[in-house]
Amino acid sequence: MSQTLDSVYLHQVVEIIDFSDNLICSKLIEMGLTKGQKIKAVFKAPLGDPIAFEHNGHIISMRKEEAKQIEVAVA
Amino acid sequence: MKIALLGNPNTGKSSVFNMLTGMRQQVGNFPGVTVDKRSGFIQTKVNKHQIIDFPGTYSIFAKSLDEQVVQDVLTDPSHTDYPDAILYIADTANLERNLLFFSQVYDLGFPCILVLNMWDRAQQKGLQINEAILQENFPAAKIVTANARVAIGKTRILDAIDALSVGSKKPFHSGSFHIHLETPDQQKNTEDRLQKIRTLGIVQQSKPQAPHFSTRIDRLLTHPIYGYLLFAALLLIIFQFIFSFASVPMDYIDAQFVRLSNWSAQMLPSGLLSKLFTQGLIPGVGGVLVFVPQIAILFFFIALLEESGYLSRVVFIMDRLMRPFGLNGKSVVPLLSSVACAIPGIMSARTISDWKERLITILVAPFMSCSARIPVYTLLINLVVPKIYIAGMLNLQGLVLFGLYFLGIVFALGTAFILKLFIKSKEPGYHLMELPEYKAPIIQNVLFTVLEKVKVFVLDAGKIIVAISILLWGLATFGPSSRERELKMLKSSTNYRQASIQKQQEQESALMLSESYIGHFGRFIEPVIQPLGYDWKIGVALLSSFAAREVFVGSLATIYAVGNDTDNEKRLIQKLRAEKNAAGEPIYSLATGLSLLIFYVFALQCMATLAVVRRETNTWRWPLIQLVFMGVVAYTCALIVYQMLL
Repeated sequence: MSQTLDSVYLHQVVEIIDFSDNLICSKLIEMGLTKGQKIKAVFKAPLGDPIAFEHNGHIISMRKEEAKQIEVAVA
Repeated sequence: MKIALLGNPNTGKSSVFNMLTGMRQQVGNFPGVTVDKRSGFIQTKVNKHQIIDFPGTYSIFAKSLDEQVVQDVLTDPSHTDYPDAILYIADTANLERNLLFFSQVYDLGFPCILVLNMWDRAQQKGLQINEAILQENFPAAKIVTANARVAIGKTRILDAIDALSVGSKKPFHSGSFHIHLETPDQQKNTEDRLQKIRTLGIVQQSKPQAPHFSTRIDRLLTHPIYGYLLFAALLLIIFQFIFSFASVPMDYIDAQFVRLSNWSAQMLPSGLLSKLFTQGLIPGVGGVLVFVPQIAILFFFIALLEESGYLSRVVFIMDRLMRPFGLNGKSVVPLLSSVACAIPGIMSARTISDWKERLITILVAPFMSCSARIPVYTLLINLVVPKIYIAGMLNLQGLVLFGLYFLGIVFALGTAFILKLFIKSKEPGYHLMELPEYKAPIIQNVLFTVLEKVKVFVLDAGKIIVAISILLWGLATFGPSSRERELKMLKSSTNYRQASIQKQQEQESALMLSESYIGHFGRFIEPVIQPLGYDWKIGVALLSSFAAREVFVGSLATIYAVGNDTDNEKRLIQKLRAEKNAAGEPIYSLATGLSLLIFYVFALQCMATLAVVRRETNTWRWPLIQLVFMGVVAYTCALIVYQMLL
């Protein structure tokens, strides 16, 4: 079942399925997030936004609206 | 040869730069933009080369102001900073992702050195790098390992520079690649590159990856309660340092410049030129240097927090709170620093990569009540606010002081909210930020940052500050010829002749100031400031305090002939309380006092801030808009307060 990255639970490992065609997603890809890779939410800022994700051994933080642009599926 | 230092953010690029150049480095801007350009010279066995440090970048396709600079320089051979070769710094522990941007510059045909930095961290993580495969895929590149944090690898890098030949003719990735690709094609190209890099098998994991140690600390530091408490505690410590320790060197600098000025006045023959030198130039330079302790202390702490990795967590927990105001998490440090002094605050806004958010932060920062307002606040509060207690415990004077600070914050955020609607932006603001692993700060990097910020302020903003202070000095020192007649009249008056020598001098300086050009200008603007409850004497103090807010107190002291000495504040307050207007009412009533306080909360009464905003926005347009806007807000609010209380 596919969902967007902003709606995952903490510590839930998901796989990246697709991105929107916009600048933010280009940036995400350049930061190393590509389709088929695993990503996991590790902690959230107070108020639940932004969210920090662990990916390939490093931590990337993004806002909910940015995480919304990434389609993921539970791995 | 001109060598560009490139790499992703958080790869230890500045450590490499500091390791290579040592003290021989310069700071400035890239042409036409306010993005830091650090450059220096290095000596290899064969030759001397210039090395330029570029902002950390993920890709040649620019997404922010910082990245745009990199794109512009690398794709324009006629650019003054166009490099002959590239020194690319990669974080070995994140090598595959770091190779994306490297493969792009490699394919642009530059001779490249690939530095595998933070080699030790990759080994700790159990990562094996197959250098042979790497070399095979980037045959034209020189590959070296380094660990710049502990100064390992300098000789290897210098030798690699000597061994550099030509760039690659055969690209790493064969797909169509140029900077004008449309967004979907860019994405495709980037994904293909990353895909190719990952299938090469350069990195092997020899032992299972340990759980991220930082994450456990992060849960605590970004906790809804402990996270903010810790940040507040850190701020408290930093401000304690600034307020208790900055004043010592500041007073020292002040005293030394007074001595220097007196000494040179004795040494030089009297005349206009030596007056200009001893009373205009020397105090002007002193007025620049007096800011150095605050700038140095604040940037020492900011650099410490940044180096340790904590600052990005602050940005993380503050982002959501700042967003409604058109700001982002990175605006927090500049705004809070402005409570000490807007100058380091505005200078620290450089870390905000989005231009619109950076500009808004810079424009609203001076609304935060800085330490230079404290002397003005205390004088006026002591003057007009009664020392009474509300509900038996709340000191009314303290309450007013708190209210002034609060008002500054409210207007800073409110103005940001309004500016958000008016300032147009090409790109949407975003928050995609790596949270680097915690590391022990390297003191050398911290000290370089401090040195660099001080240098930038003294050399760039300093010129403007000296120029304006000389102008203000001239206006306050010289006057129309009628002043001599007034002086003669004063000297022949019985009041003057019966006074002590000290009193005589005080009366003379009061007359010299009130009959100077600035005194006349104060009278000229009196009709404009009368609705706020001010007379021309206050007008003169307002005008001269544009040099720095605290000058207000000294100017009033001079003009009321109580001697320009801080010990005389009690005398000054008594004198001010006794002042009556034509109708016999006290001039410094509660209404006038509060109106003045409000004026000082809002008005941009600080030429140094103006100079720094000019430096940080690269145009006079924004500092002038800011000056006028804050002036209008100050005037309007002071008018409302005065008219309501009248």
